[in-house]
Amino acid sequence: MCLAIPGKIVEFVVGQPHLAVIEVSGVRRRVNIDLLRDEPPALAIGDWVLIHVGFAMSRIGVAEAEEQMRLLAMLGEDRLAMEELEGYRFTEPPARAEEIA
Amino acid sequence: MKFVDEFRNPTLIRQASEEIHRLVEPGHHYRLMEVCGGHTHAIYRFALEDVLPDNIELVHGPGCPVCVLPMGRVDDGLSLARDPNVILTAFGDMMRVPGRNGSPLEHKARGADVRMVYSPLDALKLAEQHPDRDVVFFAIGFETTAPSTALTLQRARMLGLENFSVFCNHVTIIPAIRAILDSPDMRVEAFIGPGHVSTVIGCRPYEFICRDYGKPLVTSGFEPLDVLQSIVMILRQLRDGRACVENQYARVVPWEGNRPALRAMAEVFELRPFFEWRGLGFISQSALAIREEFAEFDAERRFRMPGVRVTDPKAAQCGEVLKGVLKPHQCKLFGRECTPEHPVGALMVSSEGACAAYYNFALRKSAAAEPVGV
Repeated sequence: MCLAIPGKIVEFVVGQPHLAVIEVSGVRRRVNIDLLRDEPPALAIGDWVLIHVGFAMSRIGVAEAEEQMRLLAMLGEDRLAMEELEGYRFTEPPARAEEIA
Repeated sequence: MKFVDEFRNPTLIRQASEEIHRLVEPGHHYRLMEVCGGHTHAIYRFALEDVLPDNIELVHGPGCPVCVLPMGRVDDGLSLARDPNVILTAFGDMMRVPGRNGSPLEHKARGADVRMVYSPLDALKLAEQHPDRDVVFFAIGFETTAPSTALTLQRARMLGLENFSVFCNHVTIIPAIRAILDSPDMRVEAFIGPGHVSTVIGCRPYEFICRDYGKPLVTSGFEPLDVLQSIVMILRQLRDGRACVENQYARVVPWEGNRPALRAMAEVFELRPFFEWRGLGFISQSALAIREEFAEFDAERRFRMPGVRVTDPKAAQCGEVLKGVLKPHQCKLFGRECTPEHPVGALMVSSEGACAAYYNFALRKSAAAEPVGV
């Protein structure tokens, strides 16, 4: 629950401004970005964020993202983090075309 | 310092450790509290106490949400699952927490519709998919997860869902720290401050600790080097007779916190006059309740809750461990009746609980160091 999962924003969801597609170790899922989208600077494709329970909570740099992933691995929680990410059910997984994009 | 070479950046770790050894005054016993359960986990996992001088004692704080939840609240939540129309949802951490008549997982095995979710939005989705059922989300956590519950409730109202509610057990970290500072049996000299909670609340709320109690707090990252650097920063403050809030984790923690998160929490929640914490007792204004404006989504208003109060099993000493009075292995049940496979107390359930962390890492290490058969 208190795991923070680092993810890269790869797409914004048309018609659903509260959602973005993020990628973590090759897995793509939609997460809620309401906690970050109202504060300048605007979120952009390629930005890295820390995700808690389906919500992007903080912006981080690429170095911090790598560090967080390594930390999860060192704590033996990287598998749990991926399970959490793949377990989000609140949006259907992105369509195939999006995955290729 | 025999473990230093195992770290990713052994040179930096060695330097930080040497600096800590230089900074401590011989004969002075330092008690530093890491507030956050994530730090407790990291400290045990990396055996950081092995690179610290003997006169630095790390005291494990209250920052593990399932650990501080009294058993009565678990039973209250589980009482909802007796209604065959209810789907009770909870995070994975919650599923194995023992109630008086078993954990959520055991209730599920006995036929209750209890489901694990990874996000409160998953619970909301279930409510949309099952309009004929009442979906309740068992919300726990500090400020790291409270904003996500707030936003979920705002979405529920926007969607006009009539079959979704939240059993709110969110707690706030500041009153818990204040209670620890005011407790007569706590003699903590400084705090290693939470990392992720601070991304939400920022650093300002900690200032009273320095101003009113004269104790330093350094918000810290979770890598071994982060924790050691935070200890260096604390020891420098103590050496210079300073007490201020410093941010070792500035690469992730903004000084002002996350404003949209604070706004969402303020819109949806209000402070409860008081709330019971396991081990710490009743603490005033330490937990969040759902505001009147969102009353229809409040499980405590929607259902008749028994308001159970359960004292912990007599032999279990969760409270003493939570307050740092006892180390996990000093509890009579530790490693015997109470193990991660069969937890008696919540501290043995969560990976952030001091007992589980101690059992999984410290014990294994000391077992490996001892000859077989001893």
